[in-house]
Amino acid sequence: MSDKVHLDRDHGQHLLREMLRIRRFEAKCVELYQAQKIRGFLHLYDGEEAVAVGVMQALDARDAVVSTYRDHGHALARGVDMGSLVAEMYGKVEGCSRGRGGSMHFFDRAKRFYGGNAIVGGGLPLAVGIALADKELRAGAVTVCFFGEGAAGEGEFHESLNLAELWKLPVLFVCENNLYAMGVPLEEAEAETDIYRKAAAYRTPAEKVDGMDPIAVEAAARRAAASIRSGNGPYFLECRTYRFRAHSMFDAQLYRTKEEVELWKKRDPLPRLQTWLVENNMLSEEELRRMESEIDAEIVAAVAFAEAGQWEAIEDLERFVLMDEAPE
Amino acid sequence: MNAEKGTAAPLRMTYREACRQAIREALAGDPKTFIMGEDVGLYGGCYAVTKGLLEEFGPMRVRDTPLAESAFVGAGIGAALAGMRPIVEIMTCNFSLLALDQILNNAATISHMSGGQFAVPLVIRMATGAGRQLAAQHSHSLEGWYAHIPGLKVLAPATVEDARYMLKAALNDPNPVLIFEHIVLYNAEGELDPSVTAVDISTAKVRRPGRAVTILAYGNSLPKALQAADELARDGIDAEVIDLRVLRPLDNATIFQSVTKTRRCVIVDEGWKSGSISAEIAARLSEDLFFELDAPIRRICSREAPIPYAAHLEAAALPQMPHIVDAARRLVRPA
Ligand SMILES: Cc1ncc(C[n+]2csc(CCOP(=O)(O)OP(=O)(O)O)c2C)c(N)n1
Repeated sequence: MSDKVHLDRDHGQHLLREMLRIRRFEAKCVELYQAQKIRGFLHLYDGEEAVAVGVMQALDARDAVVSTYRDHGHALARGVDMGSLVAEMYGKVEGCSRGRGGSMHFFDRAKRFYGGNAIVGGGLPLAVGIALADKELRAGAVTVCFFGEGAAGEGEFHESLNLAELWKLPVLFVCENNLYAMGVPLEEAEAETDIYRKAAAYRTPAEKVDGMDPIAVEAAARRAAASIRSGNGPYFLECRTYRFRAHSMFDAQLYRTKEEVELWKKRDPLPRLQTWLVENNMLSEEELRRMESEIDAEIVAAVAFAEAGQWEAIEDLERFVLMDEAPE
Repeated sequence: MNAEKGTAAPLRMTYREACRQAIREALAGDPKTFIMGEDVGLYGGCYAVTKGLLEEFGPMRVRDTPLAESAFVGAGIGAALAGMRPIVEIMTCNFSLLALDQILNNAATISHMSGGQFAVPLVIRMATGAGRQLAAQHSHSLEGWYAHIPGLKVLAPATVEDARYMLKAALNDPNPVLIFEHIVLYNAEGELDPSVTAVDISTAKVRRPGRAVTILAYGNSLPKALQAADELARDGIDAEVIDLRVLRPLDNATIFQSVTKTRRCVIVDEGWKSGSISAEIAARLSEDLFFELDAPIRRICSREAPIPYAAHLEAAALPQMPHIVDAARRLVRPA
C-alpha cells in the first residue's frame, strides 16, 4: 500500500462517495429515530466524515479498528454492511451485534471492527492490546483507535499512549478533535489544547491535521501507517474537525452558538470535495446523480433488511455471557 | 413556592426537580458546598438535574470538569478531607468504575486507616439503572456493589421526597455518602408534603402496610413493587411493601420486624442476583430469622447478563411487576 495519495478520478469519486454514504445514512438515522425505530442514545457523525474516510484509505483487511459510541462513520467507512447496522439499531438479531448493542456498539469480527465503545477512553487500552497481539500474530497489521478529544482527560489515554510507545506497538491513534466533549469546550477541559503535543510528550510521532479535508487526512494516515508498518511503533494524528449536529439526540446545545456552527459548515468536507472534483473535471453531473441514487438505493435496502429482521429469542438472553470456545 | 409561602398544599414535582432543588438548597445554604462533575454547568447536567445552577452560583460553585472521573472524584475526597463539603456528580454509575479506586481505596478507608484523624464528608451522586435502551455500558445497577464496602453509606432514593431531602442529610453526615438516582425515575412525579423538611438516611420505610407477605424493593423497583401489591390486593393478598432506601448500612430492624409479621419475603433488586444486595438480605434473614419464616425467601433480580439494547431483551432482563406478583402469590398460596 502506497504512502502517498493518488488523487485520480476514481479515487476522488471514491472519497466523495464514502463521505456521502455516511452523511445520508445519518440523515436516515434521524428519521428512524423520530419514527422511534431507533431508540437509546444516538450520536451522529455529520461534519466529521473526512476523518473516518481519510483514515480508512490507509488500511487493508489485516488491520483492526477500535471505535467509540459515535461509530456509524467508522463502521461504514470500514466496510461493515449497512443493513447490519440498521438492523442493529432496530434491535434485530440480524444486526451486527445481534441487536444487543445498538447504535453505540457496532461490532464486526470479519472486518476486524472491535466495537463502538461507550466508555470515553475505554477503547485506547484495547487498541494497545490488539496491537500487542498483532505484533506477535499478524506482522504489518495496524490498529486504528478513534476517540474524541474528551478522552485526553482520562488516565487511560495517557497510560495507553505511554504503553504503546514504550513497547513500540503498531497503533494509529486518531483523535477526532471536534472542540466539544458533550457541552465542555476544549479550552475549558484541557490546559494544553493541542492534543497532539501530549502524544509528542510520550515521544510518539504526532501531527495536527485538517480533519475537514479527506485528502489531508488520507495523506497523514498513509504516512502514519507506513511508519507504523515499518516497525517504528505508534503514531498519533489529531484531526481538527467539528460535529454539525447535537452531541446526541438529547442536547439543547446551550454551549455553542448557531453562528459558530454555521461558520464550520462553510468548511463542510462534502461540498468542498464535490466542487473541487467538478472544477477539475473529475466528476460529471451525471456521475454525481448516479452516485447519489446508488447510495439512496443502498440505504433503502438496508432499512428493508432491518424491517424484515427478527427479534432474538428471549431464551437466548444469557447466550454468550460465557463462550463455549474462543473463535479462531 | 407554596412551602415558602407557608400554605399547606402538597407540592407536585418531578424527581429530577426534587434533586435539583436539593442541590440548590445545599449550595445556597453552605459556602463550603460546591458541585463538580462532567457537564454539570454549561450543559445543565447529562440528565438535566443541574440546569440553571451555573447561572445562579457561578463556575466556582458549579464546576465543569474534564472527562477524568478518577481525578475529580479523588479531588472531591481531598477537598472533603481539607474542610469542604463537596457534591461530586458522576454521570452514571457505569463511569464510576473509572473512579472506583478513589472511592474504595481512599474515600472508604482514610478515616479508619488514619485512626480517626480525618473524615471524608463527601457526597457522590450518580445515575443508575436500566430501562431506556442504553445498552450494557450505560444500564447497570452497581449500588449493591458499593454497598459491599465498609466506610461508605449508600442511598437509593425512590420517591420525590427522598430525592428532595436525602442530599441534605448526606451532606450533614461526616462520611462519604453515595446517592444512586435511577434514570427512569427522573421523570416520575410525586407529591411533597410541605410539613416535611428532612428525612433520615438510616432507616427503611414501609410504603404500604400489609400482613401476608413482605416485598422489599428500592429505586425503580419500588414503583413496580407497589403496583404488584395493588395487583395482589385485587387477588385478596395483603402485601407489605418496604422501600429499603439505605443499602448501607441496611436497616435490619425494619426489615426483620416486617418479615416477622408476614413470615414471607420477596426481595426485588435491579442488580444481578449473584452476590447482590438481595443476596445479603436473604442471608441475614436466614441467619437471624430462620425460625420465623413460613416459606423460602424469593428474589427477583436482573438476569445474569449485560443489559442488552433491544427493547424486548432489556425488558426480559429486568425485574418486572408480574414476576413480583407471581413470586408473592406462590409464597402465600403454594400450589
Ligand atoms: C468514562 C465516561 N465518562 C463520561 C461519559 C459520558 N460522555 C459520553 S460522550 C461524552 C463526551 C465525549 O467527548 P469526546 O471524547 O470529545 O467525543 P465526541 O463525543 O465529541 O465525539 C461524555 C462526557 C462516558 N461515556 N464515559
